[in-house]
Amino acid sequence: MRIATANETYLADEALIRTRTQWAWTAVLAAGLAAAPFALNNYWLYLACLVAINVASATGLNILTGYTGLVSLGQGAFMAVGAYTVAWLDRNVGAPFLVNLFAGGLMAAAVGILVGLPSLRVKGLYLAIATIGASIILQFVFLNWTSVTGGSRGMNVAPASLFGTPLTTYFQLYFVLVPIAALMVLGAANLFRTRIGRAFIAIRDRDISAEVLGIPLLRYKLLSFAVSSFYAGVAGGMWAYFFRAVGPESFTIVESIFYLAAVIVGGMGSILGGIIGATFMTLVPEVLRFGVEAISPYVDNAGTLLSPVRTVVFGALIILFLVFEPQGLAEIVQRVRRFFHLWPFRK
Amino acid sequence: MPDAMKPARLDVEGLSLSFGGLRAINDVTFSVEPGSITALIGPNGAGKTSMFNCISGFYKPQRGAVRFDGEDVTRVHPPARARMGFARTFQNIALFRGMTVLDNIKLGRHAHMRTNLLQALAFFGPAAREEVELRAEVERDIIDFLEINHIRHMPVAALSYGLQKRVELARALAMRPRILLLDEPVAGMNREETEDMARFILDVKEEWGTTILMVEHDMGMVMDISDHVVVLNFGQVIARGLPHEVQADPQVVAAYLGSGDPAALMKRLAAEADAGAATGGTA
Amino acid sequence: MSDLLFFVEVSLAGLGSGALLSLTALAFVLIYKATRVINLAVGEILMMGGYFFLAFAAGWGLSPWLAIPAAIAGGALIGAVVERGIIRRMLGESPISVFMVTVGLGSVLVGIVELVWGTDPRTLPDFMGTAPVFIGEAYVSRKIAISFAVAGLVIAVFLALFRFWRGGVALRATATDQAAAYACGINVPGVFSLAWTIGCGTAAGAGVLLGSIGGIAPTMGAFGLSALVVVIVGGLDSVAGALVAGLAIGLVEAWTGTYLGGEYKLVFTFGILILMLMIRPYGLFGTKEIERL
Repeated sequence: MRIATANETYLADEALIRTRTQWAWTAVLAAGLAAAPFALNNYWLYLACLVAINVASATGLNILTGYTGLVSLGQGAFMAVGAYTVAWLDRNVGAPFLVNLFAGGLMAAAVGILVGLPSLRVKGLYLAIATIGASIILQFVFLNWTSVTGGSRGMNVAPASLFGTPLTTYFQLYFVLVPIAALMVLGAANLFRTRIGRAFIAIRDRDISAEVLGIPLLRYKLLSFAVSSFYAGVAGGMWAYFFRAVGPESFTIVESIFYLAAVIVGGMGSILGGIIGATFMTLVPEVLRFGVEAISPYVDNAGTLLSPVRTVVFGALIILFLVFEPQGLAEIVQRVRRFFHLWPFRK
Repeated sequence: MPDAMKPARLDVEGLSLSFGGLRAINDVTFSVEPGSITALIGPNGAGKTSMFNCISGFYKPQRGAVRFDGEDVTRVHPPARARMGFARTFQNIALFRGMTVLDNIKLGRHAHMRTNLLQALAFFGPAAREEVELRAEVERDIIDFLEINHIRHMPVAALSYGLQKRVELARALAMRPRILLLDEPVAGMNREETEDMARFILDVKEEWGTTILMVEHDMGMVMDISDHVVVLNFGQVIARGLPHEVQADPQVVAAYLGSGDPAALMKRLAAEADAGAATGGTA
Repeated sequence: MSDLLFFVEVSLAGLGSGALLSLTALAFVLIYKATRVINLAVGEILMMGGYFFLAFAAGWGLSPWLAIPAAIAGGALIGAVVERGIIRRMLGESPISVFMVTVGLGSVLVGIVELVWGTDPRTLPDFMGTAPVFIGEAYVSRKIAISFAVAGLVIAVFLALFRFWRGGVALRATATDQAAAYACGINVPGVFSLAWTIGCGTAAGAGVLLGSIGGIAPTMGAFGLSALVVVIVGGLDSVAGALVAGLAIGLVEAWTGTYLGGEYKLVFTFGILILMLMIRPYGLFGTKEIERL
């Protein structure tokens, strides 16, 4: 049971981690994350890396859609921009991979600002539709700007190298991808402790009031697009180094729907929600795969069922969570925590 | 008390506003003295809220000017006005429901803060310092002042109507305004809440020295705390002056039907009754 | 063949597909007009119409005169079930949430189709005949001509309906203010159900026509995206807008597809979308929404 904390400074009151128990859990989590790769087999390492990438991207989308209230179906396209940038830089400029990732993020941020320009004139649903349009136009560019993007064949990506060693195994990639994702999540959490994050939330809740308070709407909406797309671009770059190839089929509207689902299922407007949602959505297909394999002795061609079943489940998850638990899994987690705050004196 | 910003003078000159063929405001001129509490009153549909929206920058009048300490601000956008020192509350509460009381109030200071994106992402360093400074100032000058310590971590959606209005006032104060525009600050409040709010508004005038312009229907409160009253009807000024002068003005009484002093009314009725008895008729 | 004749033929084909776009756009408009919901799953319901027809006509061997109404009824049924079961529960939630629900719905429908019928494209049993139709010297595919006629008829009916039937006003009242509409004695839930049922039925019908022309596939829903552009350009709540914009975009897609190449079609269409959103977000004929301070 948690008894109130006595903080002596305002800084302590505003901190991300406030109690000794929270510090303890954080330390356990960090130790667990650091030690896990030594215990996990290759399949789970693959999943862990994929979760890291998805968490990074979902956190970015959460900033735009969950916190600022600008629904975007373009996350996949922004990730593609990052991935293609990384692939191109890798092939034509020999910069270190961290620089490439950063450049991928910047490129995606620039595109994000362009895509956000319609928010000058429209908001809400109309803006969401504009992002669909932008996604399709970007897809066209990826497919047809063959000199840069390799057209429909896509591009291969050489492994990233750190201090001379190429990162080819999941074990190695884990130790790069997970810290990057963790830093990105921390940055997002920090953002919402400052005036910029508050301004984003204000725009979501009541943009007229935000204007009255002196927040320039267009500038901040574009800023939100920029930050969120930066995150997507970096995640896309990580994706490129992980899968070592990128093509126009890698990031379509289906992927954008995936990340939107992750944000909805996890909990919009909650950093924890972004993490939970991305983890959950990454693991769901694996659970489905188990299920399909389990029934394959009884059903012919069960393997071909995997993709459509996944599509149905994604759609169903979006619907179920929006109807029954609009605040997502994060809210369920908070309910459990509140329960334990008062336990054993529950009422 | 806070390093109060110098209270500003507001002048409205010859303002006219039309919506299509409808003249909402017709050549209105009045002044708000620095550091005073001025009330803008009038029956429903008189044009008070339109006037307010012109002053705060949401409507652009067809003719006339709004001057802030002499400077013409008629065409200035709301975000820029916030930086100049305009703060405004809304008739229907415009708090951010997804945030706590404290966060809402902190947002008031947004325009004056300097944390940029990179500092925000890192947090430790300049952003943290600014946040702590802001928190200390808000706690000391605003939360204690408006007696809302007990609710500062609560989400605003969970508060009662009266407390929400108080939080909105708090947020407006966080802007360190040079002029505070209050749109029906006690609308929908009961007697106790109204008295509390009136007390707070007077405290703001005394301790912060801010110029206050308010639109209000509650005559009792208006007459109690205002230094100056401007009466609008059908988009025109029909009276202005000290509260008791305006209250006795026959045009104002006519506009409101019965906002006169009840004692005077009683005397008048009694006098009419006597006159009736004197002439022998039934009263 | 002369260039002019070719151009005319391409244009006629464009008008034909434009008519189908208009019909699909009509489904969007009906649902939006009554319930203020942009149903992004209209494209997928269009797909379901095509697959239902396949199931009834090819699978069960029903004659087209039965299979077509059955397919439309199937689409209408999906609309009714979704409205009653899901959309009704979301009353009061933000329109963005409902929009995302329809995105999820689209996903579910695509998955179901892939599960039941596989991912390969299929052809529908022919019911329109192949005898070519000539307008002057220009050749128009019979299927396209019939689709144009049917779509035009349906849209004309709806235009007349909204013009002369007081139900049109009831529809707009329900969309604007449900509580007030209730107070006036309008059966709000009934209007909602009707709008979704008829709207989805229309989409399914368009799917049968479209499928007959170009075959059916789980990716057919993309047609719905083009129809979305049509409603934005025409105005979300305007039937006339759906007609005009549909024909216009049908022409544009036909011209860009033929003269520039198939991959340019969508880009042009969505370029028009972005342009429209920047210049005139409410569309050519839509009603402007005013935000009260």
